[in-house]
Amino acid sequence: MQLVRHRLFWPLVALVALLVANTINTPSFMSVRVQDGHLFGALIDIMRNSAPLLLVALGMTLVIATRGIDLSVGAVVAISGAVALSFIGSSPNPEALSTVLVAVGIALALCFVLGVWNGFLVSVLGIQPIIATLVLMTAGRGIAMLITEGQITTITSPAYRVIGSGFWLGLPVSILIAGGIFALVAVLTRRTALGMLIEAVGINPEASRLAGVQSRSIVWTVYAMTGLFAGIAGLMISSNVMAADANNAGLFIELDAILAVVIGGTSLAGGKFSLGGTLIGAFIIQTLTLTVTILGISPSVTPLFKAIVVIAVVLMQAPVVRRTMASRRPQGPRPAAVESKPVEVAA
Amino acid sequence: MKTTNFTKRMFAAGAAGIMALSLTACGGGDSGGGDAGAGGDSGGGDGDLISVGFSQVGAESGWRAANTKSIQDTLTEENGFDLSFSDAQQKQENQIQAIRSYIAQGVDVIAFSPVVESGWDAVLEEAKAADIPVVLTDRSVDSQDETLYESFIGSDFVLEGETAGKWVVDNLGSEPLNVVELQGTTGAAPAVDRKAGFESAIEGNPNIKIIASQTGNFTRTEGRQVMEGFLQANPDIDLVYAHNDDMGLGAIEAIEAAGLQPGVDIKIVTIDAVKDGMQALVDGKINYIVECNPLLGPDLADIIKDVVAGNPVEKRIVVEDKAFDQAAAAEALPTREY
Repeated sequence: MQLVRHRLFWPLVALVALLVANTINTPSFMSVRVQDGHLFGALIDIMRNSAPLLLVALGMTLVIATRGIDLSVGAVVAISGAVALSFIGSSPNPEALSTVLVAVGIALALCFVLGVWNGFLVSVLGIQPIIATLVLMTAGRGIAMLITEGQITTITSPAYRVIGSGFWLGLPVSILIAGGIFALVAVLTRRTALGMLIEAVGINPEASRLAGVQSRSIVWTVYAMTGLFAGIAGLMISSNVMAADANNAGLFIELDAILAVVIGGTSLAGGKFSLGGTLIGAFIIQTLTLTVTILGISPSVTPLFKAIVVIAVVLMQAPVVRRTMASRRPQGPRPAAVESKPVEVAA
Repeated sequence: MKTTNFTKRMFAAGAAGIMALSLTACGGGDSGGGDAGAGGDSGGGDGDLISVGFSQVGAESGWRAANTKSIQDTLTEENGFDLSFSDAQQKQENQIQAIRSYIAQGVDVIAFSPVVESGWDAVLEEAKAADIPVVLTDRSVDSQDETLYESFIGSDFVLEGETAGKWVVDNLGSEPLNVVELQGTTGAAPAVDRKAGFESAIEGNPNIKIIASQTGNFTRTEGRQVMEGFLQANPDIDLVYAHNDDMGLGAIEAIEAAGLQPGVDIKIVTIDAVKDGMQALVDGKINYIVECNPLLGPDLADIIKDVVAGNPVEKRIVVEDKAFDQAAAAEALPTREY
């Protein structure tokens, strides 16, 4: 009973249900084998492909916890890949590790600056987050297009390829990077006061400022981090296919990230957040994408199929639905017990 | 040097943003342009230049980039054109907005590649009312009223699909063959037609079976992800038929990650013949590519000149497409323009 009431119960059920559906359709789905010295299988694909979304959603979780939103992450993803690949492509020595490191450095520095810009608009100028980040969302793809000069930039560089397609200790490098950052953020927010301060800002910015919380720098930092994380995601996405596609890289990833956050049980109204929920949300979205292919769902009904799964998960989490379900049980109603439950330690 | 190049591009980015804003403002403000265009070149301005408004689909693939470059390189001032170019980012509403702003500006000719086939009648009526001739490139519209546009220049997508299918039947059709298909954007004319063409070509051969078909949206990332799913769900794939090179290139990544050899263990047939695709064909990772010629610029320039001069033009101009196997690609690659 306690288990059912856990806020991550239904998202986990959805994830398991998707995995089971795939396994029924394709019995080998869960099997993971060793291939050329690294692990290979559908689960590994899901993990590798979720890495960029997980990073973007991680930043988005923190931004949303401060009552904000960042619509520009998709554009930042595109810029990051465009900058890195244009640099490597125009360098005389695209194979060299040093070239790749410089390219990654420039791309991430720029994305961090873009995040700082968003944070400046929101925290210092006080512009509403949705408007402030809309600026970069619209302009960002144009910037990426100009950097790549409207072409899809393709490169050959084994060192760069590692970020998106490489393996270390048998596991995809991208999921190791994303996992490492996830763990770091989890420790920073849950083992220090930072997480609580972020929630305080989200619940009531004015009250927390009066209580001595430095709201402005917290909000600013959160946007800057989101920019940086989106930049890393952009490197992964471009490295995955070794091409920078200014128009399509990270297209609608901001919406997927918001969805992952919402599926994970973090409220868009700000305040309490769940990093573990976001992790599950990101895996659900990626598994869903793979499920469409594996079950052979026709492309014309794919959006409908995805919508049904998403609405089911979100509905099961809605307080009203959960209260109604709880009151149907013989033990009698326990109203609102779910909502007031304290946040679980993430990850 | 590189850094300067970057800085330059960044400044260009800023400038372009401001220009785009002012352009939108123009389009929104001017609505009384209905009979202003009656004189034909009244809005043209600069001497004898033919002003052309071109609305491109986007930059979703290498093919599109080559197409854009061909148009921009041909419709230059030296050749007697004043080109306004806009990128619709694969959204019909952006394209309609761009066309309306061209009508408001009173350009001499509007040319565009429709993102989707339907829903163009209203805006084309407006262009007709303003006496601005319209030329379609690459993709067509499904309007019943053919007088809404002067001409349509583009490849025959059904034929491309048939050519791909015919090669498969002739070269691989003697044994059982499991085919997976990476479709283009759902509902887009090239996706619909290339699917239909391929299916009709393999119809008579009982050996060839399409065991899975899913959209990869013409992009590498989605091509790769869908192919990963296909590989997990179907252990015995013999051939990938991708509606464009980019999805095929994404599929190559997925096949290699699965420890198989693209072009050998799993054969690949694609359409487009962009540079990266041709390179993969030469490298033996793709087996056959049907060309879809993106160099529409010169044809478009001729048509526009004829239309402005009042000469009769053909309603449908089919661009010649070639096809390459690995040997032909090695020969053709050094001299390819795109």
